[in-house]
Amino acid sequence: MEISTTKQFDLHRRMVRIRLFEEAAGRLAEANRLPGFLHLYVGEEAVASGVCGALNDDDHITSTHRGHGHLVAKGGDFNRMMAELMGKATGYCKGKGGSMHISDTSLGMLGANGIVGAGSPIAVGAAFANRYRGRGQVAVAFFGDGSTNIGAFHEAANMACALHLPIVFACENNEYGEFTPRHKTMAITDIVDRAAGYGMPGVIVDGMDVIAVHEAAVEAVERARPGGGPSLIEAKTYRYYNHHGIQNLGLKYRPDEEVAAWKQRDPIFTFEDRMIENGVATREKVDEIWAELKQDIETAIQFADDSPYPTPDQIMVDVYTKSSTSSTSSTTVGTKS
Amino acid sequence: MSDERKLSYGQAFNEAVSQMMEADPDVFCAGEDIGAFGGVFGTFLGLQAKFGEHRVVDTPISEQAIVGLGVGASVTGLRPIVDLMFMDFICVALDQIVNQAAKLKYMFGGEASLPMTITTAGGGGLSAAAQHSQSLEALLCHIPGLKVVMPSNPYDMKGLMISCIKDNNPPVMIKHKRLLGMSAVVPTEAYEIPLGKGNVLRPGTDVTIVAYARMANEALIAATELAKEGIECEIIDPRTLQPLDTDLIVDSAKKTNRVVVVHEAVRFGGLGGEIASQIQELAFDYLDAPVTRIGAPFSPVPFSPALEQHYIPDAKTILTGVREIMQRNVIRG
Repeated sequence: MEISTTKQFDLHRRMVRIRLFEEAAGRLAEANRLPGFLHLYVGEEAVASGVCGALNDDDHITSTHRGHGHLVAKGGDFNRMMAELMGKATGYCKGKGGSMHISDTSLGMLGANGIVGAGSPIAVGAAFANRYRGRGQVAVAFFGDGSTNIGAFHEAANMACALHLPIVFACENNEYGEFTPRHKTMAITDIVDRAAGYGMPGVIVDGMDVIAVHEAAVEAVERARPGGGPSLIEAKTYRYYNHHGIQNLGLKYRPDEEVAAWKQRDPIFTFEDRMIENGVATREKVDEIWAELKQDIETAIQFADDSPYPTPDQIMVDVYTKSSTSSTSSTTVGTKS
Repeated sequence: MSDERKLSYGQAFNEAVSQMMEADPDVFCAGEDIGAFGGVFGTFLGLQAKFGEHRVVDTPISEQAIVGLGVGASVTGLRPIVDLMFMDFICVALDQIVNQAAKLKYMFGGEASLPMTITTAGGGGLSAAAQHSQSLEALLCHIPGLKVVMPSNPYDMKGLMISCIKDNNPPVMIKHKRLLGMSAVVPTEAYEIPLGKGNVLRPGTDVTIVAYARMANEALIAATELAKEGIECEIIDPRTLQPLDTDLIVDSAKKTNRVVVVHEAVRFGGLGGEIASQIQELAFDYLDAPVTRIGAPFSPVPFSPALEQHYIPDAKTILTGVREIMQRNVIRG
C-alpha cells in the first residue's frame, strides 16, 4: 500500500500531538495539578493514529479508560481536553467527566469509558445506526487486551458479526491488564485468535509501527464501509507509564529491561527515522512540527489554568435532556436539593 | 364505534410502538425473539412483518449488547426501543443501563442525548420463580439519568409508551406480565401521557392508597370493598416512578391524612420507603397515622403457587392494611 507523503505527515502529527498532550498531562499530575485518575497513552500512539488516520470525520469511535490518545487522534481540541482534565467549566465535559469520560460527539468520539469493555457494545450500536442510515459511516471500537476477558466484549463481537455490521474492533494489546501480565489472565497469546470464534477475520500488526497499523486499518475500514462486515486488528503495543499516572507506586510489575526494549522501538522516533531515511522528511522539518505542537500544549495549559471551575449550580444540569414532547424534570422534593 | 374500541395492555403497547415507527423512521426495535415470533409475550407481534427485519431486529441472547446497541444507536441519532425479555435480565445488562445509558449525557457535559427506550416485563404471579418474577423498579429509580414507567392499564400503557419513545432520555418501560391480557377502551389515535404525571384512579376522602402497575388494580378491588364499610379510598397511581409525581401524592395525603403505599416489590428498600419519606417531609402535620407500606416479604419470589399467592400483595392485603390504618387515631394538640 502506498502511503502518501501527506498521509505520513498526518499520521506523524497525530502521534506527536498525543505524545505531547500525554507528557504534559503526566507532568501536571506529578505536580498534583490534575484531580482524579490519569491513564496515559504514551507508547501506544501508533495505534490510535494509524486507525483514526483511516477514518472519515463522521465515522465513530468508542474508547477506553486510556482515552486521551483516541480523542487527540480523532481531532480533539487541546484546550478543551486540558481544561477537562483540570475539571474546568470550559472542558469538553464542562468538568463533569474528566479524563475517563472525555468525549467529543461532534468528532464521532463517543467517550472514553471508565468501565473496561463497555465501549464495544456502544460501538456496535453506532455501527448499527450507521448502516441503518445508509450514509456509509463505520464505527471503530478501541479496547485493550484485558477487556477481551469481559462479557461485554464477547457479546459485542458476536452481535456485530451476527448482524454483519460496519465495525472494526481495534485491540491495543499492551500485554498488561492493569498490573497483571496477559499470560496470567488468558490461555492464548494472541487476541486475534478470538476473532475466528465470532466469524470475523483478524490480523496482528506491529502496534509500534504506525504504517503497519494504518494499512491494516485501511483494509478493515474498506471492508466494513461497503458492507463487508466486522474485522479485528490486534496491535501489539506497550504503555510506557504506569496503569494510571506515571510512577509505579514503588511496586515492580514489569522488568526494566522489558520497558527499555519497547522504548527502543518507540513508534514516533522510529517513524521519524524512516521518514528522514526515505527522504519524506528532514530533521529540521520534524523539529519544526514538535516546536509548533509544543506551543499548542503551552497554550492549552494556559487556557485551562485561566478557565473557571464550574459553579455548584451546574450539579443538577444535564442529568436529563429536556423531552421533545413534555416538560419532564426530575422531581426532587423535600429539601429541594 | 372507534371510541369504544378495546385493546389489551399488550396490544396497547404494540400499537404505541407501531404508530411511533410509522411516524418516525428513526425508531427501531431490537431484542430477543421480537421479530417473526413477536416476543415471548406477543407484545411485538406483527411489527417485523409490517416494518421489516432492519427495523425490528432479532438479537442474540446478549442483554449487555442489546442495551449497548441502544446506547450507541441513540447517541448517534436514532431512537431505539430495546427489549429485555424479563425484568430480571436487567441485572445482566446493568453496566450498560446504569453506567452508560443513564450517565453518558451528564459525563459528556450535556453534549449527548439518548432517546432510547428500554422495555421489559416485570412482576410475579405466573409461578415463574425467583429469576423471572421480580419487581426491581427501586433499583432503577435510584439511578439519576433514568426514567422508570409502570403502567397499570391499557390506556395508560399506550400514552406512556408513546411518551417514552418520544422522550430524549432513556426511560425503562416495565410491562406487568399479569396485566398483558387486561382489556380496556384505548383511543385509536396516538396520544401522550406525560412522564412524571400521576393519576387519581379513584377519588376518595378517608385514606390515600398509592399503588402502581398491577397493585393499582388490586387497590381498586379493595376500595370497592372498603366503600361498603364506609371507607372512601383515594387511589393514586403515580404511573411514572422516576420522575415521581410527589405533588399529587402529597396533596392527597394532606386531604385524607392517611396513606397506604402498595407495591409488589419487597418492602425493604422499596419505593414505598421513598414515598413514605417524601410524605413525612412534606405533610407530616397532616398525618393521622404513620404511612403504611405494603410489599412483598424479604425473600426471593417463590415458585409454588401455594407460596407465591401469599407472597405477592393483593386486594386482601390492602384491605387489611387500610382497615388497620383507619383504626389508628392521633389526638391533635
